[in-house]
Amino acid sequence: MNRFHAEAEGLVADVLVIGGGMAGAWAATAAAREGAHVVLVEKGFCGTSGVTAAAGPGHWWAPPDPPEARVNAIAQRQRIAFGLGDPVWMRRVLDETWRLLPTLAPYYDFPKDEHGRVRNYRAMRGPEYMRALRQQIVNLGVVVLDHCPALELLAHADGAIGGAAGIRTQRGGSPWRIAAGAVILAAGGTSFRSHLLGSRNNTGDGYLMAAEAGAELSGMEFTAAYTVAPQHSTMTRTMSYAFADYFDADGRQIDAPFGPDQTERLAQALLAGPVYCSLARLPADVQSHLPTISPNVMLPFARWGIDPFRERFEVTLHTDGTIRGIGGVRVQGEDCGTGVPGLYVAGDTASRELVAGASSGGGNVNSAWALSSGTWAGRAAARRARRVPASFGGLVPLGRAGLRPSGRPRPTEAVEAIAAVRAEMHPYDKNLFRTGAGLEASRRALHDVWSDLAAHAGEDGAASLGLREAAALVASARWSVATAGARTETRGMHRRLDHPELDPGLATRLVASGFEAVAVRPETSPAPKAFESVA
Amino acid sequence: MIELVIAERCTACERCIEVCPSNVFEPTASGPPAIARQEDCQTCFMCELYCTADALYVAPNAERPEPVERAAVLASGLLGQYRRDSGWDEWQGLYPNEQWLMETVFRRAAEVAR
Repeated sequence: MNRFHAEAEGLVADVLVIGGGMAGAWAATAAAREGAHVVLVEKGFCGTSGVTAAAGPGHWWAPPDPPEARVNAIAQRQRIAFGLGDPVWMRRVLDETWRLLPTLAPYYDFPKDEHGRVRNYRAMRGPEYMRALRQQIVNLGVVVLDHCPALELLAHADGAIGGAAGIRTQRGGSPWRIAAGAVILAAGGTSFRSHLLGSRNNTGDGYLMAAEAGAELSGMEFTAAYTVAPQHSTMTRTMSYAFADYFDADGRQIDAPFGPDQTERLAQALLAGPVYCSLARLPADVQSHLPTISPNVMLPFARWGIDPFRERFEVTLHTDGTIRGIGGVRVQGEDCGTGVPGLYVAGDTASRELVAGASSGGGNVNSAWALSSGTWAGRAAARRARRVPASFGGLVPLGRAGLRPSGRPRPTEAVEAIAAVRAEMHPYDKNLFRTGAGLEASRRALHDVWSDLAAHAGEDGAASLGLREAAALVASARWSVATAGARTETRGMHRRLDHPELDPGLATRLVASGFEAVAVRPETSPAPKAFESVA
Repeated sequence: MIELVIAERCTACERCIEVCPSNVFEPTASGPPAIARQEDCQTCFMCELYCTADALYVAPNAERPEPVERAAVLASGLLGQYRRDSGWDEWQGLYPNEQWLMETVFRRAAEVAR
């Protein structure tokens, strides 16, 4: 097995993990436990970066005893997966999560009851969880490189992935290159740059890099998840809102009770005008414990001088994109391989359709998926690295838009491309209440933005990061819009006003691929021609 | 967005520079870090959680800067609220982690809605 070492061209490792959130940290853990020498690169700081750190992730959880606990959990999930979930994968996730979470006890102080028994392992605090995972991988010998975003993958002549290149954003912004026997993309999903808490770094980089290597995307139409937050804030913490009442500008109560239709009803109200929220019904004991249940929830209220239990405050809905949505890189095997040799995916970078189906996995399924997929990818990557030694010899960079445009480079503004993505992916009347005509308009707008980036956006060094983020956001939005256009029905979180019914003929996962032309095909059809929507 | 680094509290440990996920701070030759890229702040409050000197103030507005009076913030008692309620550092044991209660709250809400 290779020793982790530095060569003139860069670092050499067995396994390179791109992304230091929950999935990446679990992947690094698994690879290191297999004996691999692991390097983890993170755009921000492993411990605070990504959507886990600022949240309170629960985990989908069912013990093996009594056996009906898992049967029931899977049956419950299957009912809202609308035919796109896979009970075998659900069982694997429940099992892995149940076995693995308690092993974090040396690093995470699981609260105990008066008898010294752990209350539960499944409900974690984000900052403490990520701090524990960081400590765990550091102790396992993983080399953690913070503030080192990856910009592109490196491939061997046969197409196998053998490393990545990026930049260091601090202390001068120098470039880096790492060769590895296997690479795991755990770079998160994307909220399309909404103000969803903790999601700014999550620009879909993993989708872009995987697709440049030849991987496909699956479930990208399921991006229509939204979460309530006080207007202008990032505080998308939902618990208190389970007891919320909502009002319009005239003080009339909006009929949006806690339940599956609440988001749609709030979005309809927000399209009509401002919406105000009252948390007066939150039980008094919960009010008093709120700061020690979710310590960040009260921060905006306290700072704005709002008493949310006595005063009404304005709220909005932030787009969750693929973060509380579903889509991502298509998983092609139990090891979370992508079909591209040497490339594995984990967490939000990997499509969660297999376990979530067509409905949001919320925090629970999503966290369990991040932990499980990270573990499987980490294990598989370490095993591959035993067979395939890392080497810089013959590695070629795969990055296109933002790094190596097809035409003459000219100054390109990342902020304009990102604004265009937000304009198509955030509005409720475009992404939540979808129509064929609306999706077609979005498709055309995003196609133009992509064409410009692909032809002309190219920078070196620090300036390339913003352009690569923009390219990843635009590409992700295009895959989402194209797949939503192809799914001419309403299924789970994908709502088509022009096709309000479920179409039994579309009970299949949809796979998107490509850049210049985006192709969409049903997974069950091997040939990309049978059901093609070229964007 | 991050609005204040309070110089008389800051110990120049540079932990905020390290932990900020969007790299908004820049070290200075002597003294507290500078807020160099405020527009990149994602309003996650993580820097406050890791600042043992309670020298940082993040305003809740994620869309635009929301300037505040330094003296008013110092007098408000709001500095260090996140770190305290999280039971970190010297607050360990005084503010217990009650995250595990969350699912009981959701259960109660579902019962009320039924």
